[in-house]
Amino acid sequence: MKINNLVLQTVTKIIVFLIFLYSVDLFFAGHYTPGGGFVGGLMTSGAIVLLLLAYDLKTVRKIFPVNFIYVTALGLFISFSTGMIGIFADKPFLTHFFHKHVHLPIIGETSLHTAALFDLGVFLVVVGVTMTIIQTIGEDD
Amino acid sequence: MITTIISIITAVLIFAGALLTLVASIGVLRLPDVYTRSHAASKSATLGIMFILLGACLYFFQKEGIFNSRLILAIAFIFLTSPVAGQLIIRSAYNRNIPMTDMTIRDDLKTAKMKSTDLE
Repeated sequence: MKINNLVLQTVTKIIVFLIFLYSVDLFFAGHYTPGGGFVGGLMTSGAIVLLLLAYDLKTVRKIFPVNFIYVTALGLFISFSTGMIGIFADKPFLTHFFHKHVHLPIIGETSLHTAALFDLGVFLVVVGVTMTIIQTIGEDD
Repeated sequence: MITTIISIITAVLIFAGALLTLVASIGVLRLPDVYTRSHAASKSATLGIMFILLGACLYFFQKEGIFNSRLILAIAFIFLTSPVAGQLIIRSAYNRNIPMTDMTIRDDLKTAKMKSTDLE
């Protein structure tokens, strides 16, 4: 019998963008409101898992042509090097810095904090580890 | 004046949502087979939750002056996903040959499926 997954696949195409948007929102909300790197990363990997449910592993590999183990390594590297910034500035390891007036081209004046970079590392580690676990279990047949 | 009107609307929305969710759970208890139960659960509970979320959004807008767009996003999300979840559960139940209730008098999908297997 031919499998007809039209309803699930069409809804997935819309919903995945909503989930991605919400995960980015959660990631950037982390400093002042509930959210952060861990929840954002889990939400992003949830969106990829939804794609895996609606399509198959080959299609998802074509959409995200990355090895998720490298994503984990990159996240660990980013978190570690944000810690090293403190050492190079003659402060203890993992000292964070705050810059209040940065002029970015489109967004305008923003305030940047290196804790956001640390959070980006956490985000990448969570996405990488979750997707590695799920893909390894999924192709084991 | 406008505050009273908005709080009345909020109260009615949240009460209606809770009532619809209660109706959905009574339907899940009382209806005879999985297909009618899913009919009750997916429709009624979806509308109930959407009413409650809309009531919460109005409440915080009137009380604190905060417009929480995540609630509107959640309403759209539930409106899109909950019926699809119901459809998938029911389709897998039908493909597993879960029996319908005895009161069923007509099953067009069964005859269509038999015809398509005859053609092959």
